[in-house]
Amino acid sequence: MLFNWPAEKWCDFYFRIADEAPVDTVCVGEVVCLKRWSFFEPFVTDVVERLQSAGKEVVRSTLSLIMDARDLESVRAISVDESHLVEVNDVAALTLLAGRPFATGPMVNVYNEGTLEFLERRGAKRISLPVELPRASLAALAGRSKAELEVHVFGRLPLAISVRCFHARAHGLHKDGCQFVCGEDADGMSLTTLDGTAFLRVNGTQTLSDTYANLVCELDELRAMGIGRFRLSPQDVDMVAVARTFRDVLAGSREPQAALDDLAQLAPGIAFSNGFFHGIEGVGRVGPLARAE
Amino acid sequence: MARPLELVCPAGTPTSLRAAVAAGADTVYLGFRDSTNARNFPGLNFSRPELEAGLAHAHDHGVKVLVAVNTYPEADNPGPWHRAVDDAAAFGADAVILADIGLADYARRAHPNLRLHLSVQASASSAESIRFYHHEFGIKRVVLPRVLTIAEIAAINQTVPVETEVFVFGAMGIMAEGRCVLSSYVTGQSPNTVGVCSPPSHVHYEEEGDRLVSKLGDFTVDVFGADEPVGYPTLCKGRFVACGRTSHLFEDPTSLNAIDMLPELMDAGVTALKIEGRQRGRAYVSRVVGVFRRAVDAAARGEALPVADLRALTEGQSETTGAYRRTWH
Repeated sequence: MLFNWPAEKWCDFYFRIADEAPVDTVCVGEVVCLKRWSFFEPFVTDVVERLQSAGKEVVRSTLSLIMDARDLESVRAISVDESHLVEVNDVAALTLLAGRPFATGPMVNVYNEGTLEFLERRGAKRISLPVELPRASLAALAGRSKAELEVHVFGRLPLAISVRCFHARAHGLHKDGCQFVCGEDADGMSLTTLDGTAFLRVNGTQTLSDTYANLVCELDELRAMGIGRFRLSPQDVDMVAVARTFRDVLAGSREPQAALDDLAQLAPGIAFSNGFFHGIEGVGRVGPLARAE
Repeated sequence: MARPLELVCPAGTPTSLRAAVAAGADTVYLGFRDSTNARNFPGLNFSRPELEAGLAHAHDHGVKVLVAVNTYPEADNPGPWHRAVDDAAAFGADAVILADIGLADYARRAHPNLRLHLSVQASASSAESIRFYHHEFGIKRVVLPRVLTIAEIAAINQTVPVETEVFVFGAMGIMAEGRCVLSSYVTGQSPNTVGVCSPPSHVHYEEEGDRLVSKLGDFTVDVFGADEPVGYPTLCKGRFVACGRTSHLFEDPTSLNAIDMLPELMDAGVTALKIEGRQRGRAYVSRVVGVFRRAVDAAARGEALPVADLRALTEGQSETTGAYRRTWH
């Protein structure tokens, strides 16, 4: 969950995922801006318990840009509880997890087997690969990996992180007095070009794609390569239904093309993309996605 | 007299290297002519023979040479990156500048005596991150990402056993370096993979009446009126619409210039200053390096800094101190 939703909506989202979504693992934690975390922190214990009692594995996410002692303390606080796997999103967190198994998120740069093998030796159990990797790189890494590999298959692509808050800047505010304006945009603040084309989404200090990545038609190929984990990034749509759709395709009970139609209905007005997987610009559409336009 | 800050200057071509050496650089940085370095633009960088000759020229003048091998090696194709590190070592480079964990691991094992610097593209923005690279690979210097305030830089310098190098002049980084794929989202090519951001091959300009539209790939990045200077369509410098308002949401067309902050950077324990601009020509390099040479020496003597107007050389003719002041965040 990358967005600043009202705490009640945030909790309800995870409770519903716990009760209804056919997913194996749920990542919980603030990835973008520590300032928001105080809204959610009081509810984390309940959310984690609910997810675990529903049989979900909980992974604790950490910040993607660690700069000061407070940021680092947030990782340390999460790391003391050794019952969860921690997802590293900034290399700084590695030093705190020395000697322990860990996961890495898509903002940690694992582009090649040299880095993959180094992190495996350091205890990486699971690696969520960078979103820009094309099919050939994914296949090469999957062929060498001892860690479980994961690929982002649904949701806006995390494209950049900054120290500057663009949400605050768009509202004429400074980050230190941001009034939490990022909470106004549950699916990110739309950024359009001067000729009116939807382009990006701003989520505080993070910049995301306007398109939702959608690799539902590539799941079989990903699985054949040896990639066994598929990441759904929560958006402000019915994520339980999205998860069911992906699960049905993996189970062979729904054809990818039909699933694509289902997902288009679940995310009305949203453009999908799968260009990165196919080795072209990330916003691009190849195969059934292109034909669905 | 305090020890002067080391002046690390860009050498995009052999000509620029000579200009930087002549203008008073302590150190130059450069890259091979391929996708192993993060300024892989047409007409830039060094062939093997050019790099050997450039090294000899710099060393003859007492100037150090750092070789940037700071993109992320492609899966199943480590050869070009390993060769770049091997050749830099064989030619006698004073250090290589690396970003990738796997490549740093290779360099450490294959060339235990080669000095390693951590590229800004690794985005090591905290003491813990720097300690990781120091402990694992013996990194001797880190180029700090352009996200830190002076106070944060000072705090880092008090706790890490590693030299720090900071950007003082040139193009601004808005996003954390090495962690931005905006360019490949639009063009399929990114700084991390092939060493280019908003590549010229995907840039085009369209005239619409008296307006000029700049595009990268399929997206309009800016529209310029007849009286406006036309900028290059780098994605994070574009004009977009958010909340019904048109603005340079990420950053105004501006350049980093921290020349007035040299005494503060010295007090913060910084070792070296980096001037951005391997894509710049000889005249630019001569002028900027010369101005900074005089300023660095004046700062070391505790004298007032010579006032030099570098504004004509900056993007959009405006300047910022960027993240060094928290007001920018």
